[in-house]
Amino acid sequence: MIKLASEAEATLSSFYEEMRDKGAPRLRAAGWAAFSEFGVPNRRVEAWHYTDLKTAMGRPAPLATASRAALSLPRAHDSLRLVTLDGVFRPDLSDIARLPDGVAVQSLRDALAQGEPHVLSALASADIGAQDPILALNAALMQDGVVIQIAPGAAIDRALELATLASAEAAQSTYTRALVMLGAGARATVIETLGVLSSAPAQDNCALVLRLAPGARLDLVTHFSGGVDQAIRVASLLAHLDAGAMINSFALIEGEGLNRRQIFTRLDGENAKAVFNGATLGRGRLHADTTLIMDHAKPCGESREVFRNILDDQSVGVFQGKVIVRPGAQKTDGVMQSKALLLSEQAAMNNKPELEIFADDVQCGHGATCGRLDKDQLFYLTARGLPRREAEALLIEGFANEAMDAIEDEQLRAFLSDRVSAWLSRRISR
Amino acid sequence: MLEIRDLHVSVGEREILKGLTLSVKAGEVAAIMGPNGTGKSTLSYVIAGREGYEATTGDVRLNGENILELDPAERAAKGVFLAFQYPVEIPGVATMTFLKAALNAQRRARGEPELQTPEFMKRVKEAAASLGIAQDMLRRPLNAGFSGGEKKRMEILQMALLQPRLAILDETDSGLDIDALRVVADGVNALRSPERAFIVITHYQRLLEYIRPDSVHVMAQGRIMRSGGPELALELEERGYQDYIAQEAA
Repeated sequence: MIKLASEAEATLSSFYEEMRDKGAPRLRAAGWAAFSEFGVPNRRVEAWHYTDLKTAMGRPAPLATASRAALSLPRAHDSLRLVTLDGVFRPDLSDIARLPDGVAVQSLRDALAQGEPHVLSALASADIGAQDPILALNAALMQDGVVIQIAPGAAIDRALELATLASAEAAQSTYTRALVMLGAGARATVIETLGVLSSAPAQDNCALVLRLAPGARLDLVTHFSGGVDQAIRVASLLAHLDAGAMINSFALIEGEGLNRRQIFTRLDGENAKAVFNGATLGRGRLHADTTLIMDHAKPCGESREVFRNILDDQSVGVFQGKVIVRPGAQKTDGVMQSKALLLSEQAAMNNKPELEIFADDVQCGHGATCGRLDKDQLFYLTARGLPRREAEALLIEGFANEAMDAIEDEQLRAFLSDRVSAWLSRRISR
Repeated sequence: MLEIRDLHVSVGEREILKGLTLSVKAGEVAAIMGPNGTGKSTLSYVIAGREGYEATTGDVRLNGENILELDPAERAAKGVFLAFQYPVEIPGVATMTFLKAALNAQRRARGEPELQTPEFMKRVKEAAASLGIAQDMLRRPLNAGFSGGEKKRMEILQMALLQPRLAILDETDSGLDIDALRVVADGVNALRSPERAFIVITHYQRLLEYIRPDSVHVMAQGRIMRSGGPELALELEERGYQDYIAQEAA
């Protein structure tokens, strides 16, 4: 075990040797130093207790070196797509020419090469998420990705889709990072799509850094899908909100393999607001971990989290949510809720909500529940003529819907509802 | 329409129904009255097919067919409807979505074509208007946050849409003020027809002033103790259930 672990870290060290001169050397060195201190986390690391990455990773798959030449990608919604394929940003597969005024896009690789200070400092995660070794590893090894800058005051109607996809036929590791900066008062909708187009067990470590200037608003929809049993995906989200900024986020997690979504948010200006909702559809042996840190650093912030885990077969859900209210962050209003629905005897849910409050005039609450389909509700629906499986599907859909209420974009909502329905019809038909 | 013969039902270890026999004809409104804890709700659950309410002996026949082996959805498709004493709240499921799913599931089970949205909407709106149910309520999650009166009206709305052959109203009057009671009773009366039977379960005579029964049955200790005409309800109102409980004890 220990030997395997050191082998994993030796492999990662060789990745670092390969990447260290590919731009932003200080950022990479800091990331590598932070990672080296902890290594690949196992169950003994508290924040990773329910997701044993070390065991799952074994020996890291080789670093992705090439991206597929051509590919036709189906479109699920009417968005402007920016594709990162096998660790490489692909302008040829992206809607670069159709980007509206107020949106500037470049590859992460170019951004690192140019080394503009404001971009580099925005990319760094020095203040939030710094404790996490896998995010630090991402900083050390980031290969490519996309940098989006939205001009102050711009209101971008079409959604921008950041599609991070894996297509290689053999297992490989990718380290990608995207940055979205919204200028003061800007508005945009971003869809974060993480998908797999092949049956190889990819190991993907991706990060999305969001910087919201005062009064900016971002609507974010995240969708995890695809994967195989042995696949590993750790997606970190860093969100930094200035005064009066707002993020309204929903994530749908489905697919297979080991998935961890970790969210580090700091409300760093007064009256900032963050909504992080999500639903997990677990089937097979999916492992879906959502770990969230909501850091209220300034007064009058508001945060809401509604998570729904729907777990069938042997799937495992994890929700770790921590709301921090720093000294002086008075009038903070935070509500965090995680509910799980277990549809089989083997499915399991781990809920770990935490509050750390250092201010005295705040309203914060959390709730976590875990249960099965309600017998009274099932009887009621079947007594009205719905066959058992359809009644179950309606209840499950209702359970998921509660986390989707805050999505304002009708088209995106319909897309997500369709995904839930598709998942449910597979359940009815088997 | 409905023939129940020597029905014994246990819930867990406890026998609740102890040889219940009851016959309700098409077009009939049968009132079942009795004190608390005599198995009135158990009877409604057994007819509707609730899990955990198992008949040990006896049978329940709907138009000659023993329905005890059918699951609740199959019974519903054959025309059994239970208006719940405590309608269940279902957050996240819009009332309209539920109504359409239920109606079309029954139609599919009977081999009838599904109703398309315009026709469905027309029917719901008509039924809702006659029961004083606001359109806004139909968009809300089913029964979630509804008042007691709203929930009972919603039960009657479902009955009006599903057009059952046998409707069981389990203490539909409980928790209703006099105006709501009248609305609900009018809804039931509008559905009375020679092809449809009702079982009205209640503690009190009051509901029966609005829904006039053809027959009244006194239920106590898991059995029908006495059957008669509407006058029996008045007698019960005057004398209470004391006679029947004493009779059992002796």
